[in-house]
Amino acid sequence: MLRWLPEDVSTYGPEVDRLFYIIYYLTGVVFILVAACLVYFLVRYRHREGDGRRATYTHGSTTLEIVWTVIPSLILVVLFFMSRVTWARIKEAVPPAAVTVQLTAKQFNWEMVYPGPDGKFDTADDLKIDNELHVPVNQNVHVILQSRDVIHSFYLPNLRLRQDVVPGRQIVAWFNATAPGKYEIPCSQLCGFGHSGMRGWLFVHTPEDYRRWVEEHWPAPAASSPPPSKS
Amino acid sequence: MSDAVAAAGAPAHVEHAGHEEPGFLRTYIFSTDHKMIGRQFLFLGLFMMVLGGLFALLVRWELAWPETAVPGFGWVPEPYMFGGIIPPDFYNSLFTMHATLMIFFVIMPILVGCFGNFLIPLMIGARDMAFPVLNMLSFWVGALAGVIMLSSFLVQGGAAAAGWTSYAPLAAQPIYTGVNWGQNLWCISLIILGISSLMGSINYITTIINMRAPGMTLFRLPLVIWSLFIVAILLLLALPVLTSALAMLLFDRTLGTSFFLPAGGGEPLLWQHLFWFFGHPEVYILILPAMGIASDILSTFARKPIFGYRSMAYAMIAIAFLSWIVWGHHMFVSGMNPALGTSFMLSTMVIAVPSAIKTFNWLGTLWGGKIRFTVPMLHALAFVSMFVIGGLSGIFMASTPVDIFIHDTYYIVAHIHYVVFGGSVFGIFAAITYWFPKLFGRMMNEALGKVHWLLSFIAFNCTFFPMHILGVGGHMRRIYNPTQYQFLLPLQPINVFITLSALLLGLSQLIFVVNFFASLFGWNAGWFRSGARVLAAAVAGYFPVGYLGRSSALAWGLFAVIFAAVFWFLRGMDAFGATASRNPWNANTLEWQADSPPPHGNWGPTLPTVYRGPYEYSSPEVPEDYLPQARRLAGAAAPAH
Repeated sequence: MLRWLPEDVSTYGPEVDRLFYIIYYLTGVVFILVAACLVYFLVRYRHREGDGRRATYTHGSTTLEIVWTVIPSLILVVLFFMSRVTWARIKEAVPPAAVTVQLTAKQFNWEMVYPGPDGKFDTADDLKIDNELHVPVNQNVHVILQSRDVIHSFYLPNLRLRQDVVPGRQIVAWFNATAPGKYEIPCSQLCGFGHSGMRGWLFVHTPEDYRRWVEEHWPAPAASSPPPSKS
Repeated sequence: MSDAVAAAGAPAHVEHAGHEEPGFLRTYIFSTDHKMIGRQFLFLGLFMMVLGGLFALLVRWELAWPETAVPGFGWVPEPYMFGGIIPPDFYNSLFTMHATLMIFFVIMPILVGCFGNFLIPLMIGARDMAFPVLNMLSFWVGALAGVIMLSSFLVQGGAAAAGWTSYAPLAAQPIYTGVNWGQNLWCISLIILGISSLMGSINYITTIINMRAPGMTLFRLPLVIWSLFIVAILLLLALPVLTSALAMLLFDRTLGTSFFLPAGGGEPLLWQHLFWFFGHPEVYILILPAMGIASDILSTFARKPIFGYRSMAYAMIAIAFLSWIVWGHHMFVSGMNPALGTSFMLSTMVIAVPSAIKTFNWLGTLWGGKIRFTVPMLHALAFVSMFVIGGLSGIFMASTPVDIFIHDTYYIVAHIHYVVFGGSVFGIFAAITYWFPKLFGRMMNEALGKVHWLLSFIAFNCTFFPMHILGVGGHMRRIYNPTQYQFLLPLQPINVFITLSALLLGLSQLIFVVNFFASLFGWNAGWFRSGARVLAAAVAGYFPVGYLGRSSALAWGLFAVIFAAVFWFLRGMDAFGATASRNPWNANTLEWQADSPPPHGNWGPTLPTVYRGPYEYSSPEVPEDYLPQARRLAGAAAPAH
């Protein structure tokens, strides 16, 4: 089933996928054991006419209750500790950005605002491009998420990133793409009748292509290789 | 529980014995008899289930074949549909109302309204609920809420379209959805339904605490009563939060307030916190009665005491307590402080444990049993196995990093349907087929019931299991046209398979409808019986045709084979609606000591006395393999459980 996972091009993707696989095998094994028990009991202990057997009269077993309380608890607590580390890495410990882009979601498209070579927003060299997020490969990217109207959700399946975009606040999400490519950015929270089809594109550029893209959009009069924008 | 208090419980009903028969209105429409009110809730729920199911099939049609006309729906006027084609805004209303109806007007009325009302007095040995008039009001207020909810389709702008979760600000301003009074009526309907449920909760809690028959201690209550007791408390505490949130939403929409609107200083996330603070206990409200029902039915048909009765009761109590501190797991990526993600993850992992305990206890109940595969037992077994899958899939969501990926995808849709359909709805089928004799004094048809069960089980899994795969592939929820996304195109064949399975699942329910009504009214004309066999065989045979297509020769070959097999299986099927005896299942609980159906006042002149717990099957004390709770054994004092 997990072969359907979209290609992972995120620095924290492997951690997320590893947790996915661990839980998958864990729940798979539990399911097979429970199902096997169930089927076995249904066959072995079915009523057969004339065998004179009576069901085993028992009200339970305290020992078994303890065993099957403690073991699942331990497994789940371990899972908690493993998950906590990855969660903190993705959502809490935001690393410094090499590139920052402001994303404003609205019914029904994404507006990307690039700060330009000066690295600051709300300056003359800011550039707004609808539905296109251009970033360099192997660099930490911050997206500053805000909404004009309702709650949307910024979803990058290949980056294993999702963050709801809430009006009235700015939320910073980050990712670091490990391979160049073109990836869809669907909106992932019902936002109205145009929710379906609300979609942007993430362009992850090689360093060369990224340089070219920056030069194309901010023709530099003097600089030979404009630095990536810093926040 | 003293005899004096029990005897003083409902004297009015015993005194009625000499009065004139109440008329049609007081018997069937404005009845204060808990049994009739229970039946009313059942019919309300079943009617809404048909509507809710229909909406789901329309949603599935759109997902499989986007922007194509649904056959047979050309008559639907614009702007709902355009020549049978569903537009995006109506699509949003369809999945919103599908979920709203199923949760609030199907599962709750049937599990809590019908079986709570019908079973509580009977199983505790009371003559009626503590407050019979309040009980009647709770049904009619609930029915009013249903009428209001359905009327929302008829107003300009159409019905609510912001999801059953109704997130603000989308739902807080008409301009964001284009829906005006439809969404307001949605809020009003649910506020009124909340009042109905609160009335019911007060009744259930009071009745269970105060009106148990002599000898019926708390730990001799059947687990279904435990579950309904716990659910009543959950409803009492959770509904006011929903009602408040709905009122605030309504005010934002109509009075210019800004509870959830940032422009006026409000906070969109407040809606989510309030909604899910109700919403999470709500989902346990949906599943706990089904768990109680499964426990009772498994024990009865394994002819064994429930394994770990006290653990089962404590596990349900633990689930109820924990359900108040997990709501944030619906909001991991909502923008709330990520530190809360960690704390809610811990509590969510913990709440999986009591459910696991219950699953192992159900297995323990089957071990060493003498299992009879009656139709209620089949549904109860389906409940256990499907609930296991639904519960295990929940572990993926509990892990916050994994949830980043699968939140708002079809993985969630798969999970919720495994627990509410695989869990609650199979629980409903189990309850209806088990207590039908007591509800209506007639037996449902066993053979037809088995055909319905098997087809539903297969079609259910074919519909909802592949949704896990869609979710893993990143397929979002609540989208109208998956083919608009390149990365979803490879998954589209799965959408088609799911829709075909859903159509078969819907078709299979026709068999249940026929069984239900034919048994209720005892329709046994020769042509009807043959017709019922033909219908069941045709639906079963249609499965391969549905998947392989009408032009496939193989499909029709398989149709013929399956048709013949099912038609042959049904050859000796019993008459519909045979008169039910008092205790057709040889069960122990008190309701089986009353007539089928019980008269007004349930018991004769004396209330039953309880001597033992509800699960004394295959007891060494008697040669029979069951020992009713109220049966007095010669020379034996009432043993403590």
